[in-house]
Amino acid sequence: MTDAGATPGFFAQVMTIVRRDLLRERRSGEVLWVTLPFGAIALLLVPLAIGTDAPTLQRIGPGMFWVIVMLFGVLIAIRQTSAETQAQRDMVALTGLDPAAIFVGRSTASFLLLVVFQTVLGAVTIVLYNVTPTGWAVLPVVLLLAASGLALLGTLAASIVSTGRSATALVPLLVAPLSVPLLLGATQALEAIRLGRSSLVWVLLMATVGLLLAVAGILSARPLQETA
Amino acid sequence: MSGSTTLVDLEKVSVRAGAVRILEDVSLTVHPGDAVGVFGANGAGKTTLLRLIATLQPPAGGRCSVFGADMYAADRFDIRRRIGYIGHTPGLYPELTLLENLAFVADAHGLPESEARRALELVGLSGAADRRTDHSSHGMQRRTEFARVLMTGPDLLLLDEPHSALDADAVDLVDELVHRTVERGGAAVLVSHDRDRVNSLATRTHEIKDGTLL
Repeated sequence: MTDAGATPGFFAQVMTIVRRDLLRERRSGEVLWVTLPFGAIALLLVPLAIGTDAPTLQRIGPGMFWVIVMLFGVLIAIRQTSAETQAQRDMVALTGLDPAAIFVGRSTASFLLLVVFQTVLGAVTIVLYNVTPTGWAVLPVVLLLAASGLALLGTLAASIVSTGRSATALVPLLVAPLSVPLLLGATQALEAIRLGRSSLVWVLLMATVGLLLAVAGILSARPLQETA
Repeated sequence: MSGSTTLVDLEKVSVRAGAVRILEDVSLTVHPGDAVGVFGANGAGKTTLLRLIATLQPPAGGRCSVFGADMYAADRFDIRRRIGYIGHTPGLYPELTLLENLAFVADAHGLPESEARRALELVGLSGAADRRTDHSSHGMQRRTEFARVLMTGPDLLLLDEPHSALDADAVDLVDELVHRTVERGGAAVLVSHDRDRVNSLATRTHEIKDGTLL
């Protein structure tokens, strides 16, 4: 019938993966209709557990937001990429798509979903905890860095999971320490803004972690695909 | 077709899973125009042999090249687009439609979506293009896989039990796929239990027993 067309460039390959992952999410609704409501419920449970003491809720609100975003955020990224069957992985491998482009594409799709996830949970936090957001110039940067860091971390973790059953045990060991700087950076950046201090060092910490995860994911993409 | 005149060259290749021997001292050469049938019982190593040729299964020893690319070297990744592999289980995404599954592969190969539609038409599924894969029968999913291979036009066709769970029309599709590939200068390797069907297609056949190709 038709000979295969010209090999698409790196960016086109990335977009192929992004379109596929977002389409799969649109159909399954896993993030928007399952994980997101769970995250919102988790935020709701805390006021129910500790009572409706307004100053306490206002104080812990941002911290609770970040804890829920980190926990569920990594789950979103892992779920997005680890649910493939061997037959699906074989099919993707034989399309000849660059494994690095696959990693970047999956991370990008997870990033976009995480931005939606954070936005909705942020609104829930503002309502339930009566939190007044501050630092409107830095807040979007922190949110985007957290989303990109989590997306990269989750995608890398999922690539390791797909290499075998025993690798699943390694994921918490990888995710826990690497999500700490992201959590620390996000909470401390916003705390610094609240106190009128510079948040630059925390923003740089998050950016550095994200960059390291991106490099690690891209460099390990091919060997991880081969052992999957 | 471009590249080496020997499409597949295996010499004393072995594959192991831990301590278990799956393939041992397998030697096989496939040239353009070949349609090679491989028969064997369950667990004989048929699927592993196909996955090895598809570059999806790393060898443990021996000399092994596909389209002239050494299977131990990085250039084995560059030839994957030239391989059409249909395994036991359909490699489709259940939540996507049949067309969307094909469109993804078309996109990855730099082909327009219209090629995906055409391919579905060729396998008689144009009326089911917008049906979700998990709402489609196994036979329809197999046809979609055939459509994928028709669309990408591989130089090397690898089929694992291609005639199983197919109606008569779909069985003819398998035959057509093999003929098309061979006629355009490619080659096909089919592993199967169905000797009669494969014998009618193959230019030569082999038996595989306990991981050894006879």
